[in-house]
Parts: sequence; structure tokens; C-alpha cells
Amino acid sequence: MCGIAGVIHRGGATGVGQEMTAMLQSLRHRGPDSTGFAVYGVTAADEYVMRLKLAEAEDLETDHKIRDKIRDRQAEVDKRLAELGVDTLAVEEPTPYAFRYRLRYSGDTKQLATDIEQIDGAEVLSLGHALELIKDLGDATRVSQTYGLGGFRGTHGIGHTRMATESDVDIRSAHPYWAYPYNDIAVVHNGQITNYWIMRRELERLGHRFMSNCDSELLAVYTANNLEQGATLEDSLRASIKEIDGVFTYLVATDKELGLAKDTMAAKPMVLFESDDLVALASEEVAIRAIVPREIDTSDPYDEEVRVWQR
Amino acid sequence: MAALTRSAPSEQERKSHEMGMHTEQLTGRTQQVFFDIDLGEAHHGFGLPDTFDVDFNKRGEIDASNMDAKHVNARIREMMKEGYGTIVLKNPGAKHSMAVGILNRLNLIIDGSLGYFGVGLIDGPNVRIAGRVGWSCGENMMSGTILIEKNAGSQFGAAIRGGDLVCKGDVGSRTGIDMKGGTIIVGGNTGAFTGFMMQRGRMVICGNAGKNLGDSMYDGTIYIGGEPQSLGVDAVWGEMTDLDKEWLERKLRMYDVMPKGGIESFRKIVAGKQLWNYDNLEPTEKKLVL
Repeated sequence: MCGIAGVIHRGGATGVGQEMTAMLQSLRHRGPDSTGFAVYGVTAADEYVMRLKLAEAEDLETDHKIRDKIRDRQAEVDKRLAELGVDTLAVEEPTPYAFRYRLRYSGDTKQLATDIEQIDGAEVLSLGHALELIKDLGDATRVSQTYGLGGFRGTHGIGHTRMATESDVDIRSAHPYWAYPYNDIAVVHNGQITNYWIMRRELERLGHRFMSNCDSELLAVYTANNLEQGATLEDSLRASIKEIDGVFTYLVATDKELGLAKDTMAAKPMVLFESDDLVALASEEVAIRAIVPREIDTSDPYDEEVRVWQR
Repeated sequence: MAALTRSAPSEQERKSHEMGMHTEQLTGRTQQVFFDIDLGEAHHGFGLPDTFDVDFNKRGEIDASNMDAKHVNARIREMMKEGYGTIVLKNPGAKHSMAVGILNRLNLIIDGSLGYFGVGLIDGPNVRIAGRVGWSCGENMMSGTILIEKNAGSQFGAAIRGGDLVCKGDVGSRTGIDMKGGTIIVGGNTGAFTGFMMQRGRMVICGNAGKNLGDSMYDGTIYIGGEPQSLGVDAVWGEMTDLDKEWLERKLRMYDVMPKGGIESFRKIVAGKQLWNYDNLEPTEKKLVL
């Protein structure tokens, strides 16, 4: 089933971490397996934030040498960053397997991400000036507390509560997905994509990488490919309705925008609230009520509807 | 076998057939009057089976702020048992499955919005909702009325069998899917696949409709004041009659809903019945006839 939610403020940074936590916790019944956040903060123009994981959460239970492996992998990450001339400003370790690096770098970020992902067990969850992508097993409150998201201030964010249907219950298959290698672009999705393998093979032939077998990752890679070809976010969303088969509603966030696309059957829900300073949307209105606790006017976007909002 | 042939329909039969009324029956227990002399009125409450005898002038409130749907629904039932005929539900907070399964006469005023499956499986109450409703509002409704002041989600009035379901705003996709009776009125626009596999009843859309309006409808009637993006398979334009217009005028005035162009803007959609094998004889019966 899965639940998705998004929020964008037009009046500057606010407590978007807390808002997304409240929204996703109220959607817990739509998917208790994992929860993910893509939140957009404010970082200096020459700085990047890189979120990466060096193991899966379940590795801690099944591999008695995993902590040593993680230590070795982190040493390799640090070594490669130094080789690329990256200035590491700060490193945080909210869990034994997930890391947050604040970096100063003026080189090619695709090369940076590629070099890090060549390390066995390493996956870059996000890399950008504004985006911070956090995902883990459990409900929104648990993930938010573990990663200290409650105090996060930003302009917008998207999130996902996952009920695993097509792939495993692990962080690799959790949403959101970063549109590798594009800085600051993330995707959350509710639905099933039925031409997944056809589309995946096409994108792989173009040189794109997939880290999971989750059909939702396709939307992130597909979006990245379209943007690479020069399409706008709105162009990409519109093209997806024609080219991707299945039932889906998905949200895409960039450093400045939040976009929505709904499939031709309108089979997956979405409720939208718009005001002058806030746009909030979610699979169920109860999630919007979690951050706007008053009587409001909401609506359902229709089939094949595409919307893009700016912060 | 004599019943298999019949004379040509009268004018009145033809008109009622055009409006989808020819086989429509009143449904819901509250539209049937039972009287059991042994059990008496006190047990049944106005002669209806398993219902509570409520007084519309006895009014009570429920504050749903800190209640889940299960407890709200149980409280509504308790209050009906106590004779409350008018209940105001405050702060529903768009929670799901609220006010479902009410099989009683009742004035229910919902002072806010409902989530999914709101007011489903009802038989008899008159419900007024000040806010919006989520997906599948009024699903499987048997009788009564539901009036929604704002918008509604998809599957609005799925499989209803009777009663009036009215939304003054816009509704989502698949409105009235599989409806088997009753009336759905939409004051604004409706989404794709509205009236999908509709079998009986009438739907009134004051605004526009999405693609495939009336797709695979077996029977029933759809009136539309605006433009459909496209008609579905086996949905065809019908001819508006004076009877249609009189019925629309009466019904829409009742709920204070009217398209911009008035009654004259309505057009009618019925089943083409090219795919229709709904009442056909079984092969074994055909052999007997032959």
C-alpha cells in the first residue's frame, strides 16, 4: 500500500523535519516496514552534505564481523575523499551503519559518488547542497529520533512509509530514492510499475546504475535521465505518465521544487492542501491534519495530473 | 414459458425505462415497514427491525478529538440506544471509517471532514458533513441521505443501492462505480471512470467529467451539465425528456445544487447495451424455449 507525503513552504525555512515526522507517523498504518525522509535544508553554496550507509541494519544481527568491516569501509571512504581533494568539515554517525558527511568540494560530484560507491557495501543515499536523505527500518518516530530529525529546519521535504510488496524489507529498498547522480533530487512513490524490467534495461543500457530491485528506484533513475537530457521537472513528470506503465502516484523534490504525477488510472490516492505560504500533500488527509490541525479545504488531483510548486 | 413474451411497453413504461426506473426497487430495511404484533412497537421502534426508537428533538454531541473510529461508532450506537435522534460529531479530524454501519433513523451532523470509508454501510440516517470526505464515502449505502458541503475523494458512492448521496464540490475518480440504485449528485466536477459498471440508479454531474464516463455501464442513467472528457465503452447519449427535467429540477432544488446553465444544460447518458447480457437467458433455458 505505502504512504507518501510532501510539504513545501513558500516563506523560508521552518521545522520541516518535525512536520514530515508528524505526517509520516500518521500514515504508519499504510506501511510499517520502513520510513524515509528527503528534507531540504540550507547549506552554504560551496558545501555539500553526503548521507551514506556502509551496511544494512540487519547485518548487525547476522554478521559478527560487520563492525570491523564498517570501520574499514569508513577508512576507505575517508581515504578516497582525501584523494579527490574533498575537505571533510564534519562527520556524524547516527547509527553504526549510517553516516552524514559535511563536505567542501569544487570537483565533479558524480565522480565523488561513483568513487565512494565502488567501496564494497557502501551506498550514497544522497549528495547535495540542500538534500538530506534518511531512511531506515521502523516507523517515522523511531527513524526521526534515531537520526535527530526533529530539529531539522528546511523549506521542503518528501517522505514515505513502506509496505514491502515487490522487494525486501531493508534500507536498500526503502524510499526515498536519490536521483543519482543529480544533486538534491529525490523521489517517493506509491504504486506498482509493471514495465519495470523493460524500462530498467533501457536505462541500464544508457549507463545508469540501480542499487535495488525496488520498482520505485526506477522513477528516480528515470527522472535523472530526463533531467540529464535537458528536460524540466514538469516535462519529466508528464513524460512518465505516457512511458511508465502501472498504477502510481509519485512525488519528486529538487532543491527548489516539489512535483507530483498521477497515473492514467488515478488508482493511487493523493490529497492536496494549498495555501499562500504552504503546500501539503499526502496519501491521506489525516497526514495533512497532523501539521494543519484546523478545518481546511482539500482536493484530490485527477488522473494524469502533474503539478509543480516552487519554494 | 408464456412469461417470456410481452406486449409493447406503454408510454409511461417507456419513459420510466429511459430513466432507469423500470426495475428499480426500494431498498434498505428502513424503506420497508415491518409489524410484528407479538413483539410490538416498543421492541422494534416504529416497526423497523433491530432499530432504536429515537427522538429527533433529543440532541447530543460527540467530541472525536481523542477518539478513534471504533469508539466513535460505538458511541453513536449507544446514543441512539439512549434515544438521541440528532447527533453532532465534532472534530472528526479526517479520520477513517467514521459513522459507518448506522442502520437507524438519525440526523447526524458531522462538523468537519472524514477520511476514507466515511458513512459507509448505512441504512436510513440523514447525514450532513460540513467538510470534505476521503475515498469511498457512502460505500454500500442502502437508504438515507448524505450531503457533503466540500469535496470528496475517489470511489464516491461505490456500490450504493439506495438513498441520496450529494457532494456540493468536486469528487475524485470512479464515482458511483458499480452502483445498483439510489442517486448520486455532484455539484462540481468528477474524475475518470465515473459510473464504471453502473447497474441501476441515477447520477447527476453538474460540472465536467473525466475520461470514460459510464464505462461498461449495464443500466441506469447519468445526467451531465458540463462536458465529459470522453464516454466509456457502451455508454451512449440518450434523449432528455420532460420527465427527466422535472425530476432533475425537483432533486437539485432539494439540495440547492444547480449547474451554471440550469436544468437545460443537462444531457443524458445511458447504456448502449451492446455488451449487455445481464438479463439474458441461461443456455439451458434457451433450449427449453426453443
